[in-house]
Amino acid sequence: MVTIGPGEGLQVDLQSSVAAQFGRQIKAVITETLEGLGIKDAHVEAVDKGALDCTIRARVTAAAVRATGKDVWKD
Amino acid sequence: MMFVPGNNPGMMADAHIYGPDSIMLDLEDSVTMAEKDAARLLVHNALKTIDYGNTEMVVRINPLNTPYGKKDVEAVVKAGVDVIRMPKTETAQEVRELEAEILKVEQEIGRVGETRIMAAIESALGIVNAYAIATASPRMMGIALGAEDYSANLKTNRTPGGAELLLAREQIVVAARAAGICCFDTVYSNLDDMETFRKEVELIKTLGFDGKSIINPRQIEVVNSVFTPTEKEITKARAVVAAIKEAQAKGSGVIAVNGKMVDRPVVLRAERTIALAVAAGVISEEEAL
Amino acid sequence: MRNSKLVTLEEAIKRSGLQNGMTISFHHHFRGGDKVVNMVVDKLAEMGFKDLKLAASSLSDVHAPLIDHIKNGVITGISTSGLRGALADAISHGLMKEPVVFRSHGGRGSAIANGELKIDVAFLGASSADELGNACGYSRSENAKSICGSLGYALPDARYAKHVVVITDDLVEYPNMPMSIHAADVESVVVVDSVGDSSKIAAGAIRDSKNPRDILLAKQAAKVIINSGLFVDGFSIQTGTGGASLAAVKYIREEMINRGIKASFALGGITAHMVKLHEEGLIGKLIDVQSFDKVAAESIKNDPTHQEVSAVEYASGQHLGSATHALDIVILSALEVDTDFNVNVLVGSDGIIRGAIGGHQDTAADSALSIIVCPLLRGRIPCVVPHVTTLITPGKSVDVVVTEYGIAVNPGRPEIAEKLKAAGLHVVDIKELAAKASSIIGTPDPLPFGDKVVGIVMNRDGSVLDKIHNIVE
Repeated sequence: MVTIGPGEGLQVDLQSSVAAQFGRQIKAVITETLEGLGIKDAHVEAVDKGALDCTIRARVTAAAVRATGKDVWKD
Repeated sequence: MMFVPGNNPGMMADAHIYGPDSIMLDLEDSVTMAEKDAARLLVHNALKTIDYGNTEMVVRINPLNTPYGKKDVEAVVKAGVDVIRMPKTETAQEVRELEAEILKVEQEIGRVGETRIMAAIESALGIVNAYAIATASPRMMGIALGAEDYSANLKTNRTPGGAELLLAREQIVVAARAAGICCFDTVYSNLDDMETFRKEVELIKTLGFDGKSIINPRQIEVVNSVFTPTEKEITKARAVVAAIKEAQAKGSGVIAVNGKMVDRPVVLRAERTIALAVAAGVISEEEAL
Repeated sequence: MRNSKLVTLEEAIKRSGLQNGMTISFHHHFRGGDKVVNMVVDKLAEMGFKDLKLAASSLSDVHAPLIDHIKNGVITGISTSGLRGALADAISHGLMKEPVVFRSHGGRGSAIANGELKIDVAFLGASSADELGNACGYSRSENAKSICGSLGYALPDARYAKHVVVITDDLVEYPNMPMSIHAADVESVVVVDSVGDSSKIAAGAIRDSKNPRDILLAKQAAKVIINSGLFVDGFSIQTGTGGASLAAVKYIREEMINRGIKASFALGGITAHMVKLHEEGLIGKLIDVQSFDKVAAESIKNDPTHQEVSAVEYASGQHLGSATHALDIVILSALEVDTDFNVNVLVGSDGIIRGAIGGHQDTAADSALSIIVCPLLRGRIPCVVPHVTTLITPGKSVDVVVTEYGIAVNPGRPEIAEKLKAAGLHVVDIKELAAKASSIIGTPDPLPFGDKVVGIVMNRDGSVLDKIHNIVE
């Protein structure tokens, strides 16, 4: 579950069942994904239960698309 | 061909470990409208990231006349999908429209001609047009029956014996063979009734189908066991293939096994049996030579 | 009756001569339904005891109330096979001053028998007992309230503890025969309303897993067994209770019938699956240290070829007569396996204790073929890793690791690898499995362990194998 709201800079609040081992990596994926979408200011809340990076990337992108109303695919 | 819901990342991550020949990630019926965008991104990222090995990757997109279809095409072609499965195909024109969409995206990413099409036929009109659909594009790799919508369209119900599907199944096999592409049968959704499932697989194998669609890894073993040639069939096929080689070596046009003349269809069937046995891993490629 | 040993719990404790600093013991046959540990320790706290050492055969979620008794100084030492739930979590975070000592079931049996683990007072729950202390894990009376079957883990305590208190919720007429715990070993008998929640002590037979990954692993494990060279008439086998283990029994059974092969015995924790094969005539005898479900518990009560054994007779490394020494094949699970085939079944990938050694060390070491069945990944948690978080079973006693991405064979067993390859199984280097896992999930960061030792893992011979450190949030 990922929700994105307004913020200053990229802040990521992560709750993860694998936080000790993968928290750093997950936050990096979230930040990279948002930067790739050109989003520089956002407050991200993410609840993770051990998803793979490709899933996190998809969830973050979907949340960003919903928050900005700007899709990554052509209409 | 194993169906995996496009909104289930866990199943998408390890579907290939069960050894299906192909995996179909579904963006259509198993995904609600509210989740279409999220599932599309999940499928896109899974295809780009997960190492599915030799498994053929198929994505069932939403129809092009919905708000989702074109975005689905863009997302999966950009992720390098092998095959796009078009649902509810009724005419050759629809295939050509999909082909045009695919080409647009392929040109954008410089990967022209790599994406193939499978058309699912799920209505009476589609069955009537089966051959035209099967030959609508050089990208066509196969046609498949979608029995739920089809039987509803016929105004009947599905039965364990499948009498209501007989014409559709035969039509699809005939059209596919005439077009020189593959044909796949519909799913069987009662996971607790493996006996009826096995009978259905035996039936569609007899009808000439190349494969069966499945909804759970537990069904793979049954399909493989039905489609895998028996030891007796393999031995017989090998004798035929050996006889061909012998005849070719002698420059003779007449092939005989155990003193009996062998016709060309028998030769073709023997070769297909060996190919199936290799595909099922019963014999190695070296053994097939 | 004359010489009745019937007393209240408080009287039994007084009579036992228990002093501060002494060791009390319990068994875990009532599993998640156990009420005995909490009941007795509550009473000891109420009576003002301090600094007691608790030697349990295992502890689980239900024993969370011990946290308070540790905080208030009633319990200052624990030895057990396993820990789970809130208690395990608190201990992992440094609750206790003394580290918890973890032993395998066979290791605990040996330690009790050779005096390394001295028990002053054993409090042993029983599903039936008479006034002199003959006790069983089942009851033949109409008032039976609970059934756990074998009392195998309690038998070393009954035999070697200085003082034994039997606690039952079904007092039956003398003589309660045949008995598991003998009156001659028992000093007091206490009757209580309930020794445990019977629905959590022994549930019905565990249902066959429909999880496709379990089924895949089970089929692979069964193929390993069938092609191992040990699958011949008269073989013997032990399996766990995991979904894949139980499903493997189903495929092994089919192949036994196909080939007309029968097993001489099944060992260990006995399940309904094993009872079924036994009753079909496919397994000659059942050797039972723990009955995992109601079917197994009923069977041990009614079937003379279903034999209860103590933890010592089951798996002691120091008694050559123990049954593991006669065992051909064992299927085991794992939280982690590393590229040297070392196995961890005790500490989770987050560094928190969440398991039990059980008979893992014992059966892996003594059996002719030990097979670890585990998925390569559980979500994002890797099960095949470069180094186990905690060493429980040394790699030299682990022969085959079955995962959904391939089967790895210990390089020390080349003959097994050859047989499996010849049978067409997908045999891979275990390093490839670890590499595959990290290619999917990335490389985990090291766990935030602190400097405090919270657990000591004993090998079954009494030597120290590994230490568990506290986890820092």
